[in-house]
Amino acid sequence: MPITESDIEKIAQLAHLEITDEERRAFTPQIAEIVAYVEQLNELDTSSIEASTGGLTPEGERTHATREDVVQPSLGQELALEQAPDAASGHFRVPKVLS
Amino acid sequence: MTSNNIEALRTRLAGGETTARATAEAALDAAERLNETLNAFLQIDREGALKRAVEIDAAASDKSDTEPPELSGIPIAIKDNICVRGLQTSCGSRILGGYHPPYTATVVERLQRAGAVIIGKTNCDEFAMGSSNENSAYGPVRNPWDTARVPGGSSGGSAAAVAAGIVPAALGSETGGSVRQPAALCGIVGLKPTYGRFSRYGLVAFASSLDNIGVFGQTVKDVAAVTRVIAGRDPRDSTSADVSVPDYVAELAHGVKGARIGVPRSLFGEGLDEGVRESVEAAIETYRELGAEIVDVELPHAKYCIAVYYIIATAEASSNLARFDGVRYGFRAEEANTLREMYRRTRDEGFGPEVKRRIMLGTYVLSSGYYEAYYRRAQQVRSLIRRDFHQAFERCDVIATPTTPTPPFLIGEKVDDPLAMYLNDIYTCTANLAGIPGIAIPSGLSADGLPIGLQLMGPHWSEAALLRLAHAYEQARPLNARPRVHAFA
Repeated sequence: MPITESDIEKIAQLAHLEITDEERRAFTPQIAEIVAYVEQLNELDTSSIEASTGGLTPEGERTHATREDVVQPSLGQELALEQAPDAASGHFRVPKVLS
Repeated sequence: MTSNNIEALRTRLAGGETTARATAEAALDAAERLNETLNAFLQIDREGALKRAVEIDAAASDKSDTEPPELSGIPIAIKDNICVRGLQTSCGSRILGGYHPPYTATVVERLQRAGAVIIGKTNCDEFAMGSSNENSAYGPVRNPWDTARVPGGSSGGSAAAVAAGIVPAALGSETGGSVRQPAALCGIVGLKPTYGRFSRYGLVAFASSLDNIGVFGQTVKDVAAVTRVIAGRDPRDSTSADVSVPDYVAELAHGVKGARIGVPRSLFGEGLDEGVRESVEAAIETYRELGAEIVDVELPHAKYCIAVYYIIATAEASSNLARFDGVRYGFRAEEANTLREMYRRTRDEGFGPEVKRRIMLGTYVLSSGYYEAYYRRAQQVRSLIRRDFHQAFERCDVIATPTTPTPPFLIGEKVDDPLAMYLNDIYTCTANLAGIPGIAIPSGLSADGLPIGLQLMGPHWSEAALLRLAHAYEQARPLNARPRVHAFA
């Protein structure tokens, strides 16, 4: 099913992207072409193939990746807020959440 | 000065012919002077680098009877998606313009502990998404061999900085070939290690099941030296594996004899530039002359790699890049009345077209009703690609292919055709999907004098074999040419 401009608008909303009319017109055929290209995977019978779940090697999967549940030093409030576009009184300040 | 590779610099530093300060100054001067032409650096840290170099010189004179750390006084450049405390990390994006991370990546900490001097942050495609470095919000990087051409991407700035002799080595990152591809197009060495070999703590995430940090060097030996320093388990990255790190430099001496090199002939056909094919065939012939056994192998599902890659990579990117919302760091759009409006405007103004395209594609393939058809199927074909390699490596030690289908292309040539751009990764992205290591080394020059890269890929944890075989080729067929734009020109 070919991708339409209204599909692109819907996807942009899901992705919290506000795209312009011009972007929508440009992206629609480009994304449609890429989707048509990736659909070549449909020619393979994958019914009996287990899906990969990540990038780990067998050695990586065996690597013990947990640690003792003890408190360790962390970033701290000051450093965590240092790069915020708008911080106040130890918090990130954002526009109204409920409209 | 004729060479500033790590080995040569170490000899001159140890012999008192130069100092860490003078070495850093030369690199900083070259970086500043050539940046007008190449645009390889987004930040050059003169003050910090000189301060560090002076400390290294002082430490060396205090402890003149002990061997200095192995990268003592070596200038290194870092791709601008790897965090270094005190420097910016923009990821080539407007949304992180001026962002200064509160911590340093593990790989950079290890470099610094070994005495390296970080001279700056290098330009890249926005969030490492691209194969030409044209997707940077801060302008394209130019190829030092021909400034009308791309250096490759996404780690184009790091590749150009090393090729132009500004630094002997640099770090990049790759998700589908973003170290090996620019290494090939710039005529230098680029290593993508096994998934889990290097810590990714402090690398800004693009596609977590595919992302790796990689190493650029002027020589294979230098890449081995940097790899030896940064490899190994890091408790701060749960995907880094607990696997012992060999002495990659010492292993180089072992030569080629008896090595079995697999050649997947079916990948040498359609779409491959004739000059690239000839150069890579000649390189394989060189290996035969050096004593390697050449065997035919099949990778029947490799042709699906771009399709699989662009489903998995965009899906993971759409999730990873959700964190850029204008709340905690980076750019925030002004005059939004509600939170939702602020998110949408921030991301619209902050992200460039390729990043938006990929976030949307990833959102689409993960969306309700399409997940099974796209994402799950891609993960199944990924299993088939892994199985292909597993079977091929029963017959050979490494697999040789071109690194890229063509020599460096012109800036602007493919910018309006995303799919044509994606096909640049056709030889490289299989290694990311399979989690195996790969190395790009210059195989020679095209008829027009542009670099061509040979790629070797090996089983998990075979970096030592890849480096050893690459070193043997480099010794037998050194690239006795230098780009037009160069620090010593």
